[in-house]
Amino acid sequence: MKQMNWKELPHAGTILDAGNAHTYKTGSWRSLKPRWIEENCIQCLFCWIYCPDSSVMVKDEKMTGFDYDHCKGCGVCAMECPGKKGAKAIVMEEEGK
Amino acid sequence: MPTATKTVAVTGNQAVAEALRQINPDVVPAYPITPSTDIVQRFSEFVNNGEVDTEMILVESEHSAMSAAIGASAAGGRVATATSSQGMALMWEMLFIASGYRLPIFMALVNRALSAPLNIHGDHSDGMGMRDSGWIQLWSENAQEAYDNMVMAPRIAEHMDVRLPIIVCLDGFIISHSIESMKYLPDEEVKKFVGEFAQLNPLLDTDNPKSIGALVLPDYYMEHKRAQHEAMLKVKKVVQDVSAEFAKLSGRKYEIFETYRLEDAEVVLVSLNSAAGTIKDEIDRYRDKGIKAGLLKPRLFRPFPYEEVGAALKNAKAVCVMDRADSFGGYGPMFMEIASALYPHKGPVLFNKIYGLGGRDLMPLDVDQVIDETVEVAKTGKVKMVKEYITVRN
Ligand code: SF4
Ligand code: SF4
Repeated sequence: MKQMNWKELPHAGTILDAGNAHTYKTGSWRSLKPRWIEENCIQCLFCWIYCPDSSVMVKDEKMTGFDYDHCKGCGVCAMECPGKKGAKAIVMEEEGK
Repeated sequence: MPTATKTVAVTGNQAVAEALRQINPDVVPAYPITPSTDIVQRFSEFVNNGEVDTEMILVESEHSAMSAAIGASAAGGRVATATSSQGMALMWEMLFIASGYRLPIFMALVNRALSAPLNIHGDHSDGMGMRDSGWIQLWSENAQEAYDNMVMAPRIAEHMDVRLPIIVCLDGFIISHSIESMKYLPDEEVKKFVGEFAQLNPLLDTDNPKSIGALVLPDYYMEHKRAQHEAMLKVKKVVQDVSAEFAKLSGRKYEIFETYRLEDAEVVLVSLNSAAGTIKDEIDRYRDKGIKAGLLKPRLFRPFPYEEVGAALKNAKAVCVMDRADSFGGYGPMFMEIASALYPHKGPVLFNKIYGLGGRDLMPLDVDQVIDETVEVAKTGKVKMVKEYITVRN
């Protein structure tokens, strides 16, 4: 993305385009990556509620995976995930492995 | 033709409160503190009596007062408040946010010393302490100037080239609580002069949602600050234009700084606010004795008009800068500006006196001593001590 110079900035740096954080990709900050294990998922959507980055993708009220363009790998979803019979449906793995 | 004005006998605080009543801001968040209390107290009476349409927000601290001012201004309101000393110090964090968001809030600062030791009287430590916070500063010698500056303040702050917060300074007690004869403009003239305010991108325009206050990292922070610097560069011309328009309305002409018998002056004193009144009297006495004395009194201190001040002082032989605040470990805050203004010139010999801290009086005889020393410095070209306290027991 071409960076604006100081003359091009909107007045006072106000963000006029609501929700444009979506175009700012933060996925590269991640060192740990959540992996979804679908067979252990009970679709409780805890991960979706707790994710501080809206990076859990949901379609028709069902968890469908992660938005890796924005997921920062904090691991909150994996921590909160109850999984099935003690088997987690989200595990954190090192990036690049 | 200046419009009909009403001559009144009022205190500085009363005059500022009257200006605020006439401006009729949308919101005034306030936490009163001596010696500015009276401004807010009088204003709350205007609110109570339905003389203004202002929503007054009584908060639990000055930090909250400035926070509420920022919120109300970002929401779209025209916002004013007043404070002094410790109150200003407590606002400090939020001052930078008001200027960084380019919110044209206007505020009266009734100058008072900072603790410790605890003191409620006038000096300029509070105003000098916040001078780098991105606010425009106008300083006022007396009640008339405080009133006039306050009437001009919204016009300057809200100008589309500027959109920065502004502060109007007046000396605590010496001006805020002394009764002077001065002139008010008619309500409808002030109303016309200040006009309507329309915030750019108000948050309450909910059909167009927007965000202010986002995190800005090293890749963009400097661009934001450069844009803010640009706005400051435009202030001087706007102050000149608004002051010229005000002069047509009121008959009272203000420049970015005032000069008093400065034209051919060889020995010059530089001083802000109320002390300038005493100094002018003494300059007259020295002129009568054939000594070419003069005064330069800054009005616009932020942004500081370096080039103009440098040009006005460069032909003097000796200049004594009188600071009513100390920058501990440095020269007085105004001395640093005057020295900067003069650095391109082979100008006068400079020295610095710290006076009047914590409300210590500056008497005509004290001024005479300073003028005498300046005459001596002009003669010998030598300064004994660059910075020294006066009116202090040795
Ligand atoms: S790791 Fe953190 S950011 Fe990524 S999906 Fe899970 S909760 Fe969201
Ligand atoms: S928290 Fe775990 S079990 Fe619940 S929806 Fe998310 S992945 Fe599935």
